[in-house]
Amino acid sequence: MAKIDSDKEDVPVQLNASSLAPAPDMSRRIATGDEHPVCPLSIHDMTVAYHRKPVLWDIDLDMPEGKLIGIVGPNGAGKSTLIKACLDLIPKASGLVSYYGKPYSKQRGLVGYVPQRESVDWDFPVSALDVVAMGRYGKIGWCRPVSKAHKKAAFDALDRVGLADYAKRQISQLSGGQQQRVFLARALAQEAKVYFMDEPFAAVDAATEKAIVQILHDLKSTGRTTLVVHHDLQTVREYFDWVVLLNMRIVAAGPVEEVFSQENLQKTYGGKLTLLDQAAQAMAGIKQ
Amino acid sequence: MTWLEIDTWIVVIAILCAVSCSLLGNFLVLRKMSMMGDAISHAVLPGLAVAFILTETRASFTMFVGAAIVGLLTALFTQWVHSFGKVDGGAAMGVVFTSLFAIGLILIKAGADHVDLDANCVLYGSIELAPLDKIQILGWDLPRAAFVMGLILILNMVFVGVFFKELRISSFDPDLATTLGINAQLMHYLLMAMVAITTVAAFEAIGSILVIAMLIVPAAAAHLLTDRLLHMILASAVFAAISAGLGHLSAITLPRIIGFEDTNTAGMIATMSGVLFAFVVILAPRYGILSKALHRLALNLRILREDILGLLYRVDELKLVDRPAMTYRQLREALNTGPIQLQLALRRLRRSGRLKVTSRGYELEEPGRKRAQQIIRSHRLWETYLAEHFALPLDHIHAPAERVEHFIDQQMQDDLALETSTPTSDPHGKVIPPTTNS
Repeated sequence: MAKIDSDKEDVPVQLNASSLAPAPDMSRRIATGDEHPVCPLSIHDMTVAYHRKPVLWDIDLDMPEGKLIGIVGPNGAGKSTLIKACLDLIPKASGLVSYYGKPYSKQRGLVGYVPQRESVDWDFPVSALDVVAMGRYGKIGWCRPVSKAHKKAAFDALDRVGLADYAKRQISQLSGGQQQRVFLARALAQEAKVYFMDEPFAAVDAATEKAIVQILHDLKSTGRTTLVVHHDLQTVREYFDWVVLLNMRIVAAGPVEEVFSQENLQKTYGGKLTLLDQAAQAMAGIKQ
Repeated sequence: MTWLEIDTWIVVIAILCAVSCSLLGNFLVLRKMSMMGDAISHAVLPGLAVAFILTETRASFTMFVGAAIVGLLTALFTQWVHSFGKVDGGAAMGVVFTSLFAIGLILIKAGADHVDLDANCVLYGSIELAPLDKIQILGWDLPRAAFVMGLILILNMVFVGVFFKELRISSFDPDLATTLGINAQLMHYLLMAMVAITTVAAFEAIGSILVIAMLIVPAAAAHLLTDRLLHMILASAVFAAISAGLGHLSAITLPRIIGFEDTNTAGMIATMSGVLFAFVVILAPRYGILSKALHRLALNLRILREDILGLLYRVDELKLVDRPAMTYRQLREALNTGPIQLQLALRRLRRSGRLKVTSRGYELEEPGRKRAQQIIRSHRLWETYLAEHFALPLDHIHAPAERVEHFIDQQMQDDLALETSTPTSDPHGKVIPPTTNS
């Protein structure tokens, strides 16, 4: 806690520590502590900036194993950025991320990713099965064709999300919810231990929502750690064991019953973080 | 028309060029960077010029290397201008390739003027003369262009074949590819290098305009024709080959017919690919204009048939007469529709046993009544649903229900009934009939 605040020295604008730090930091430390010597995902002092404008500040997180973790926060809080930085898809200004004690480049096979549905072109000429099989590409390796065994694994994953009958459909011929389930099946086909999901519940039908919840529980019961960017505050308590409240910084992180409080939500979504935003604008050279 | 050996070679060279380009073009089109082919094919000019000035020969190995390097630089510069200059991707490309092309032109004018590399040739190519420039390969007299393009085609086939999986995933979902260890950036630059090499090899024969056409048009057409990447690649190759063949054929036949002396094969190939593309746009099975129009027509006819049944059902409901019937004229006025559609709809309804004609006019048969009851049920349930859930005045709920009723299947109808707690009458007080599907 003291460490994090002292790191702030070099930031040009003094951050208002009283409004941000104490409560969340304490819950973070209590929840994780040192009882997980090698935790599935450990983020240490990570800062991410776009064009010198920080979008994530000093993220420190140790994720517990085998939990369903929701990441919530307002638009522009840096939820997707957090995931992408953890996956080395965007550069970090500083900080370290490790999976079971090793950097991402050594642990790719252990990490699965479900991007936002809108991130791809659904008119692309591939079938649902083709897309799911992409989850196996890491295991197949460069320049080798998709073998029967891998196709079977992909089909099984598709079956698990209830889309076995749609395997041969071109992906634009699927409903939005079905497309989301195809993405989920692709992540399952990756057979990872840590999963990142970027808004899997966004604009899906009831059947898909149920299927996703079922899959999340399956992942949990088999000891997987799953981080889900989530928008619907109503369902946080119902779906997740753990929650990360994010608004450019971590406002609070810990077991849902401990940190998902009205007070923390107020801090995350309320207007109290304007100082942080002002500092970011100043660093990007934008005059207000 | 006389077909000479040189014509055969022209077609062979054209096909080799067109197919080579089309293979790579698929990935440009799918990555929504079709104009990158345009940019690279222009921007390689300074690479060619420098290689040319250094070695003083054409089609040398250095020329390919020079072109590949500048091709990569084009992609790289575009990326830089885009991200560091905060300029839109298309604009960045425009800035980079025009600058490079201009530098190339200056270099050619200034340094390479004494050798025959002229700007016109770069733009339009000279495929008619290509077969005359022969080399000996294993004792065989082969046009140099055919040999070079044959190699390029094999190279591209191997590239697409070996990296099929990697190209597919990095085109579809570059982020996922990168997280899986298939570096999408690397694939991007590899593809750009291949485009640069192919462009250089092809445009001496067919010119850069045709190179651009062959990079984009066959792939764009194939995308409309197929739903699988492999099929798309094969279809684009076939499309390219047909364009090339037809292009030359029309170049030597058409001008005479319309009274010109001669025309340019490369130009005709590009024209032919445009014509073929137009055919595909109109006739493609699923995405074509014609197929969409036919689907719309079929849908409109189905709606009309259901409206006829619904109308007769409602008349029957009034119980004005014992067994009501409507004449053709009455139907036309009530439904406000054209005679052809109405005739088609009525004929179909009679043939499927839903309607019969008596001396008094058209009457519902039992299957027709059942279908009509389903439609009316859907209509009134929808009205109830709208009235319950939305702040709509009663006179505003009929029109939307009139449209939606045709798209409500049994499942939705059951859900609607459940949602509105199985009402027996609609908001206007009319009876909601029970379902006839049990």
